Amino acid sequence: MPTGTQSSKPSNKVNARMTSPLSWLWIVGIAVIIAVPFLVPSMQLLVNFAMAKGLAVLGVTVLLRAGQVSFGHALYFGIAAYAGAFLMTSMPATDFFVILIVGVLGAIVAGLFVGLFVVRYRGIFFGMLNLAFSMIFWSILEKFYHLTGGADGLRFTRPTVFGQALDHVQFNMVLYYSVLVLVVALGWFTHRWFASPVGQLFQTIKTNETRLEYLGISPKRALLSGYLLSAALCGVGGVMMGMAQGVVTPEYVWWVRSAEMVFIAVLGGAGSVQGAFLGALIYEVVRTYASVYAGDIWQMILGGFLLIIILFAPGGLIGILESAFKRDTTKPSAKTGDRK
Amino acid sequence: MKNLFVTRAAAAMVAAALPLAAGAADKPESLKIGMTAFLTGPASVFGVPARDAAEILIENINAAGGINGVPVDISFIDEGAGAEALTSEYRRMVESGGAEVMLAAISSGNCQTLAPLAEDLQVPNLMWDCGTQRIFEENDYKYVFRTQANATPEMLATVLYLLKTKPDFKTIAVVNQDYAWGRDSWDIFITALKAMKPDVEVVAEFFPKFGSPDFSTEISRLQAMQPDVILSTSWGGDLDTFVQQASQRGLMNTSTFVLPLAESSLERLGSALPDGHIIGARGDHYFLHPERRNDEDFKAFMTQYEEKTGDVSVYPVFHASQAIAALKAAYEKAIADNSVDWPSEDQLLAALEGLTFQGLGRPVTLREDHQGVEDQLMGTSVQTGEYPFATMQNIMIFDGNELTTPVGQNSIEWVGALDAGFVESVTVDTFEN
Amino acid sequence: MNFSIFLLALFDGVAYAALVFIVALGLTLIFGVMRILNVAHGSLYAIGAYTTVSLVGYFLALGFAPAFAFPLMIVSAILVGIVIGAPLEYFLLRRIYQKSEVLQLLVTFAVFMILEDVQRLVWGTQPYFNSSALQVLGNVTVFGVTYTAYQLILLPLIAVVLLLGMRFFLRHTIIGKLITATTEDREAAQSIGIDADRVFLFTFVIGAVLAGLGGALASPTTSILPGMGADMIVLSFAVVATAGLGQIEGAALTALMIGLGRSFAVYLYPEISVLVPYLIMVLVLLVRPEGLFGSPAARKI
Repeated sequence: MPTGTQSSKPSNKVNARMTSPLSWLWIVGIAVIIAVPFLVPSMQLLVNFAMAKGLAVLGVTVLLRAGQVSFGHALYFGIAAYAGAFLMTSMPATDFFVILIVGVLGAIVAGLFVGLFVVRYRGIFFGMLNLAFSMIFWSILEKFYHLTGGADGLRFTRPTVFGQALDHVQFNMVLYYSVLVLVVALGWFTHRWFASPVGQLFQTIKTNETRLEYLGISPKRALLSGYLLSAALCGVGGVMMGMAQGVVTPEYVWWVRSAEMVFIAVLGGAGSVQGAFLGALIYEVVRTYASVYAGDIWQMILGGFLLIIILFAPGGLIGILESAFKRDTTKPSAKTGDRK
Repeated sequence: MKNLFVTRAAAAMVAAALPLAAGAADKPESLKIGMTAFLTGPASVFGVPARDAAEILIENINAAGGINGVPVDISFIDEGAGAEALTSEYRRMVESGGAEVMLAAISSGNCQTLAPLAEDLQVPNLMWDCGTQRIFEENDYKYVFRTQANATPEMLATVLYLLKTKPDFKTIAVVNQDYAWGRDSWDIFITALKAMKPDVEVVAEFFPKFGSPDFSTEISRLQAMQPDVILSTSWGGDLDTFVQQASQRGLMNTSTFVLPLAESSLERLGSALPDGHIIGARGDHYFLHPERRNDEDFKAFMTQYEEKTGDVSVYPVFHASQAIAALKAAYEKAIADNSVDWPSEDQLLAALEGLTFQGLGRPVTLREDHQGVEDQLMGTSVQTGEYPFATMQNIMIFDGNELTTPVGQNSIEWVGALDAGFVESVTVDTFEN
Repeated sequence: MNFSIFLLALFDGVAYAALVFIVALGLTLIFGVMRILNVAHGSLYAIGAYTTVSLVGYFLALGFAPAFAFPLMIVSAILVGIVIGAPLEYFLLRRIYQKSEVLQLLVTFAVFMILEDVQRLVWGTQPYFNSSALQVLGNVTVFGVTYTAYQLILLPLIAVVLLLGMRFFLRHTIIGKLITATTEDREAAQSIGIDADRVFLFTFVIGAVLAGLGGALASPTTSILPGMGADMIVLSFAVVATAGLGQIEGAALTALMIGLGRSFAVYLYPEISVLVPYLIMVLVLLVRPEGLFGSPAARKI
């Protein structure tokens, strides 16, 4: 796919998005999520978890746009959450935003450290090396029991909000809407980032990395830029998840968690921003209700679900939605190109 | 749609105002309770027996008319589905599922998460199985109670039995699972041991990963070192593997093993557990309990349990029986004390304070810090041939009052301040088997 | 550390490495030929173990001698390969060869999830144990430490036999050469008339048989529990990635390094023994980015 058409497409996409039926669906979706704590309060926590996970999945999605898969991104999810929890245990009255910033910083620093090493590799080695780093961190979390609380983890006590200590109902509301704001803001930011020059260079790693080198640009630098963004996104998700759960455990960085994030990214629609969140929501709902009502076979159900999507709807849920809503048959190639 | 919304909002407001109306509540249709247990995963060796036992006990209660005519309706939450699913489901059961009392949990980590949550949700929560002593030592709770002992008396009883049966050993090694229970139980054990026997030497400390399939290297190392005593607080598949591998390679002939949780593995280990090793049961739990095994209610339950599951009872079964006995006793006491048909939440909480109840073991009392005081049973393994697995002999039951950390004190500090005289001063009942 | 402790650590390391190698061998083969990282490999391992324990339990109850456990292990492995491996490749994997690596991996991940529940439904959650095979071979005492002959002698022997056997098979038999050709260059192989589909099916079944064999061989030494597959997978992945694409000698060397690293860690500094496989992976890939024996792939421009 020639780079020329790609750079002019996104601005058309943004405009097209505002008027297509699919974009109305997103607006309705966001409105529904805003209303959940009032309409269906029992689902509030679940949707909160889904949004936090969605942010982490967005991190994985960013890398998918460069054609790379990381099987260790739970590392950043966990580092940010643990950073936040450590801060809360050492300074009990810390503010919500401080925790968030510290967590994300932790993730970015870790991302820089690991990223500098990892961007030299592609394909399966990239994926496996990320896995190795996340498992090393996992082992450290488990072993240094007296520091990290070992397998039982650390309690993540409620931070203050603007200096005020809130009870659990109020705090959960604040948390819920903060996550929602972050979802919309970061989702929009990521979307614009893909359209920006840095983002375009990043995506070229998938389509034609050699050409980047011919242009005199370091592919490693390009990949690193996206890698840092993805680490930051995972970090935001991790901190929010930690606050929502009230506890952080080494399970946050376990390899199955990383695989789950990739699973959701593909389920939603590999490479799609909205797909990350839609996938996370559907996954969380299926997982929770399957383990409640079909306790013995919930893994089977999820596995089967994934198989069906991959075999019959490889564009993921977004792909299904787009083909359902696609009235405009004049630009099929543009849509397919974007979905990659 | 709008009317429905208004009606729902109004109903919600009325429902929220109800607890303010102190005093008796109306008898509900059924008493809904929720119990968390590992129904999947390695700890399901505890959760599944507990669930089966709880179901039998609740059936028995309901068959006898329920609690003041109200049947009990129990639902289970799988701790194995992960912390997120657990907390979500716990909340759902309390907030929209109408659960009046919750029983949680098996895992110490889950107890540490759910105890503050229960306080937030203002629902009475009985910790029925988790061992961490830290919960009541680090915070005060209004809604959370523990109907069993904790790691401190369990480990202290182990130290005492060891010192009483093998007072002259010199070296000890530990092979514990690498998580909170494995680490904390070792801390308490070794602090107590060193306080009562300062010349003991620790030759090795191994904390293999939880769920390790293989202890071969640790066993080789231990064989090379030949410690007199090897402690392992592991349980489930890990303990089974460790004992079987050690037994196969002869390590159990040269060292005495101290296994505080082995009672739950006796049947599975079959003939692999040789004579002469120290077995614990996290309380006075044993399907051949020396004092209780001839009691009618005990025998009837054991028969029911074996018919339902095909296995003998293990300690989680006893723990479940204690929690349910506490529940029943608390409601009955609250009803009697306040002369009502059904108690309010405050009346129930008042009844739980200082409550004494009895499950399948000896009676248990709740202290002022809500910690249960439970007697501890220890024994030595013996293959009698009567069962296809090892049973216990030289059983000692220690008085729980003397072994539980005094209210307000920290376990490690208190235990570290004990001395050799403690061994002689404890109250203990000894039985041949 | 004195010499005898050193030797003991060596023996333990080799025994552990043997098992890791046997399991990773199948994964390496599949990855080398089909470029698919088979997450379900761990499940095949676990099912091999469960099947062995069930079969052995059944036949021992019928009165057969404990030594019968050995042929039953081979039977289990073959059952796993043919009953699960073959249909998996034929009906599922064959459809996704054209798709991206990520999707292929996720398909095997989905299969892994499904098989985890299948294990639980068929065999339940209680730990199983059957060590009759171990007991048949008895013990061996070295420097005052008693080892089981099974772990000290038989497993490493089997690992070496498999290694040499695989090498011979791949280099000196016709089918093996077909497989090697397809590994080198799928398109070229097809263009000279090699039926890549058949080769893939055959390779996958062999890989699955090896996974099942690994589980069968491990079963007498440990408790069989739900979740044992998941632990094995990450370890096998580390071996495969460190070894270099499809390099079975690399897999042997890596397994040895990991086994020795772990056992020396247990002897010297037990707390880092969990870290060892991942540290080795990171260190090797730092120095040799294509894996131990991997060759840098030419880039098509």
